[in-house]
Amino acid sequence: MSSAADRAAPPARGPLLRLLALLIIVAVVLYPLIWMIGTSVKSPQEIVSNIGLIPEKFTPGNFAEGWTKFDVSFGRFFLNSALVSLLTVLGNTISCLLAAYALGRLRFRLRGVWFAVMIGTLLLPGHVLIIPQYILFRSLGWVGGDWPYLPLLVPAFLATEAFFVFLIVQFMRGIPRELDEAAVIDGASPYGIFRHVILPLSRPALVTTAIFSFIWTWNDFFRQLVFLSELKDYTAPVALTLFIDSTSESAVGPMFAMSLLSLIPVFLFFVAFQRLLVEGINTSGLKG
Amino acid sequence: MTASTLTRDPAAPAVHRPGRRVRRRRENVAGYVFLSPWLLGLLGITAIPMLISLYLSFTDYSPLISLGDASWVGLDNYRRMFTADQSYWHAVTVTITFALVAVPLKLAAALGVALLLNRTMRGISVFRGLFYLPSLLGGSVALAIVWVSMFNREGAFNSFLALFGIEGLPWVNDPDWALYTLILLAVWQFGAPMVIFLAGLKQVPVELYEAASVDGASAWRKFVHITLPMLSPVIFFNLVLETINGFQGFTSAFVLSNGTGGPVDSTLMYTLNLYIKGFVELDMGYASAMAWVFLLVIGAITVLLFSTGRFWVHYSDNEER
Repeated sequence: MSSAADRAAPPARGPLLRLLALLIIVAVVLYPLIWMIGTSVKSPQEIVSNIGLIPEKFTPGNFAEGWTKFDVSFGRFFLNSALVSLLTVLGNTISCLLAAYALGRLRFRLRGVWFAVMIGTLLLPGHVLIIPQYILFRSLGWVGGDWPYLPLLVPAFLATEAFFVFLIVQFMRGIPRELDEAAVIDGASPYGIFRHVILPLSRPALVTTAIFSFIWTWNDFFRQLVFLSELKDYTAPVALTLFIDSTSESAVGPMFAMSLLSLIPVFLFFVAFQRLLVEGINTSGLKG
Repeated sequence: MTASTLTRDPAAPAVHRPGRRVRRRRENVAGYVFLSPWLLGLLGITAIPMLISLYLSFTDYSPLISLGDASWVGLDNYRRMFTADQSYWHAVTVTITFALVAVPLKLAAALGVALLLNRTMRGISVFRGLFYLPSLLGGSVALAIVWVSMFNREGAFNSFLALFGIEGLPWVNDPDWALYTLILLAVWQFGAPMVIFLAGLKQVPVELYEAASVDGASAWRKFVHITLPMLSPVIFFNLVLETINGFQGFTSAFVLSNGTGGPVDSTLMYTLNLYIKGFVELDMGYASAMAWVFLLVIGAITVLLFSTGRFWVHYSDNEER
């Protein structure tokens, strides 16, 4: 396979030029991120005077300053983000798995109709629903109430993220039907098949769902901006916008420090699950 | 009853299982049991809100009053949108410009880098991972903040230009350029379509290239006559996905303009405009009408893409569709 692929490549001086091109692209791609790290440890004066990647003087104070910059500490914002993200992961994996099992494996009346509806909601932009959802959740007392995250979490527990339902359905199609048949002969009910056949075999799809669910929720801004009204309930992305309101020179360092911190959970996920992530978008992408 | 079951299901396996009808009914019930959270969500989170939204689009409604007190204005919101509201058409122009420029550039970058990476070489997964990283951090506020700072007058980009003796501009504060810095941000995140292109390139049979080499085809001819047609389903998939994403861009425009769409409305993306009308000006009836037009346009674009796809997307028969 590898020798065949090499033969297909344009001959001679290819490898070196290609490596050079790739290194240049890597530099361009990584520059903003490295610059961000550098800037987060520069003093206010240096941020203006030294636009290089490496700070002349290491200034860790930006982190402490950013952390306590607002009336509510950034620790609280990060905890809020973690709570919302982890519960969304839980809700998405459970509810989307249940829906996917029904749509992908069970034969029941109107299944085809519901499947088509699910595919239809895949294309539905969230912006269309946000206003009536806001009105609905507010009239239920969920916006800015005692449980400020209900508007963000309830949809996750009701499998409204059709992308994940679709992803798991596609995965389940690969599980041999014979396993179900065998379980039926052994006297298993649809619930037994779910518990003992499908659930254990769906682990890879669930892990993919969980990873993407976490990353997307952690990065999400629009819904959190709309539904969170009190400072103490803010998640990290919403809190970061507070810095933009007050972009004086002295706020830049702390702003970068907190921005950097807010990317770390996603980055750690990325390092831990890199291979899975790439496989995940391959399967979800190509079989779409 | 047995007969009707037989005619309905002629391909049923010959294995005799007692209680087929009971089983079928049980599966029917189980289907709805497993589907119930989704059905509840469909009804409460999607369908009913859609109906409310449709109703609101014909009313003058602010969230300060109750739904029942929304006053019916007929097609006024739509009329205002298409004929009276300058900012509306401006936002449409901004959004279309963004999608028309960013999507092709992003796909070209993704395909170009995927072609570079589609060779057996050491460290390929490291490169792939690094290129994918910006996509992953995607629509985050933190990334937008960094990007906007880079394109300030004193930002890193201008000092880079200064190395070549070029005097920079205040990119993000210049109405002519602010949108293009957002487009550049979108292009920079070419990693996700790139990974999909890479997977697609692996599916192209090597024999085709070998046959072409025997016939003396140049690298360019191989690219145009083998790679592009064989890759067309994946190109199509990425095109649909990125176009829909492109039209929905919100976060970076919000961060750049601090939620206003400025400077001088140059980054007033459709969704940002919708947010301002609905949640800042609290003109929710009008914003609902905007949302419905948005939905119809996205639907129309998807249908359009699919109908043109027939002419240039090739599915080879021995591969999965």
